Amino acid sequence: MNMLEVENLWVKFPTRQGIFDAVRGVSFTLGKERLGIVGESGSGKSMTGRAILQLIRPPGIVEADYIKLEGQNLLDFSEPQMREVRGQRISMVMQDPKFSLNPVMTVGEQIMEAYLLHNNTSKAQARAKSIAMLEAVSIRDPERVMRAYPHEVSGGMGQRIMIAMMLIPDPQILIADEPTSALDVSVQRQVLDIMDALVKERGMGLIFISHDLNLVSEFCDRVLIMYAGRVVEVCDADKLHEASHPYTRGLLNSLPRLDQPRKHLEVLQRDPKWSEAPSVGGHS
Amino acid sequence: MALTDGTEQRRPRAPLAPWLKGSLLTLGSIAVTMLGLLFVTFIIGRVMPIDPVLAIVGERASQSTYDAVYEQLGLDKPLLVQFFYYLTDVMRGDFGMSLLNARPVSEDIARVFPATLELATMGVFMGIVLGVPLGVIAAVRRGSWIDQVARVVALVGYSMPIFWLGLMGLLIFYGILGWVGGPGRLDIFYEDIVPARTGMILVDSALAGDWSVFKNAFSHIILPASLLGYYSLAYISRMTRSFMLEQLSAEYVTTARVKGMSERAVIWRHAFKNIRVQLITVIALSYANLLEGSVLTEIIFSWPGIGSYITTALLSADMNAVLGGTVVVGLIFICLNIFSDLLYRVFDPRSK
Repeated sequence: MNMLEVENLWVKFPTRQGIFDAVRGVSFTLGKERLGIVGESGSGKSMTGRAILQLIRPPGIVEADYIKLEGQNLLDFSEPQMREVRGQRISMVMQDPKFSLNPVMTVGEQIMEAYLLHNNTSKAQARAKSIAMLEAVSIRDPERVMRAYPHEVSGGMGQRIMIAMMLIPDPQILIADEPTSALDVSVQRQVLDIMDALVKERGMGLIFISHDLNLVSEFCDRVLIMYAGRVVEVCDADKLHEASHPYTRGLLNSLPRLDQPRKHLEVLQRDPKWSEAPSVGGHS
Repeated sequence: MALTDGTEQRRPRAPLAPWLKGSLLTLGSIAVTMLGLLFVTFIIGRVMPIDPVLAIVGERASQSTYDAVYEQLGLDKPLLVQFFYYLTDVMRGDFGMSLLNARPVSEDIARVFPATLELATMGVFMGIVLGVPLGVIAAVRRGSWIDQVARVVALVGYSMPIFWLGLMGLLIFYGILGWVGGPGRLDIFYEDIVPARTGMILVDSALAGDWSVFKNAFSHIILPASLLGYYSLAYISRMTRSFMLEQLSAEYVTTARVKGMSERAVIWRHAFKNIRVQLITVIALSYANLLEGSVLTEIIFSWPGIGSYITTALLSADMNAVLGGTVVVGLIFICLNIFSDLLYRVFDPRSK
């Protein structure tokens, strides 16, 4: 059963030089799986995530045949209806907790707020729930962390707080937009494992947006490779090395490997034809 | 200031609590700033080409009278000793006698300052109440008609000379329409009815429960206060707009939206909370500006405040009054800065 179906998604920005298409006809489906979206900067992967949540601010325009969440087309939703979707049904973890947490509110206030927005309960209960959630993301002293401000916690901890905050209303889908790119390599794995465990345990769908091909191939079930706003290739993560598109091949060949050390790494040669070819459907 | 300084040195050398250390540091910096201010005013008083003795004894006094007064004023002592005397006098609130009316300058200032305080407070209040929401809305609806209107309003506020606006205001609202009271703080009929407890007529009349005086005072203050309010609105709304624009593009604002918050909550609960600290600085600056005495406004509206007091004193070479007024204005500036520093600590958790 597909939780999310995206068909022919376009994100456009009017500029002085005409309309710029950040995302060009992307289609995919998401079930209870971990879908990776990989691409270089500017390939439209983040825009795809934000377009689903309708977080593209004017003058940006989102167009699609449909974006269906469990059969309901989100494009028909009003703004108040979308607010019900955000957080409660689809949530998003962003890149850098240093910027994505509000610097002048305590961690506790921010997590409780996420819960109280979608649950009509008392503050005491929201508090208890928040502490439990912090424990679930392996934070040792949740009572103390609740009172802390974002600048008082480390990056890895900040990202776990972010995950706790985004999962507390029990969404079905989590969009993780480069969730580990701003973290130290030493804590990346830990954060990913926590996120993975929670997503599995709750039977959620995960869209994992990253530029890190290795990470995505290890971590996800299926991978979309985006280039210049299009999906150029879709493959199962464990078959990534069999990818056929020259862009994917180029990316793979430009990565250093421990098991096959090479004198020279390939430089990616971009072919303008790639960006003109139609999107590949990312349906499972 | 001297008192707090003294206790500071007598404290035992035990380790201090951080907040105590912080406040002692603040007090120390205030004392140093004050000392610097007094030193500057002292030097100004000495280098001005006005002979303080002549100003007192007059030009036709004999040499012996001149010498006696010269000695009396302590001008024969070394400069450093003179400064010390000046310092001790000021500490006791003694700014010397005014040459114009032979009354202590401190009494004069105590009389004129409440008028300015009343006017400036009302002005800055209007500036905040209208300017902050206008700035926020202009930032949120960037490029919309309301943003354009806010831009024009601010531009006019920045560029229109205040004396012209003041005169036009008087002409239209007082002269032609008769909606407001004219120059001065009260109509002559209402003067000296309520006892002066604070010196601010609106407050005094409210305390006395005399609403007819209150109404009259209000009709007099509303025009000059609106004028000053307009200028601080122009400044505050522009600054609010640019602070807000910066915050609205921050990632935590997206986080708040992802949570499913309404746009209004995103703006006021998340973004606005982050501009409070900057806003305090802007408001304090704006308030300080008005408190220094808006000379032109006070003159046009015959407002007996500190601005017109210092101006009159300066024009009649009444140096004691000028220096006294300057010290008071400086003191206000320092106090407002301290106050905004303290508010920083309340509003910005990172400063703790």
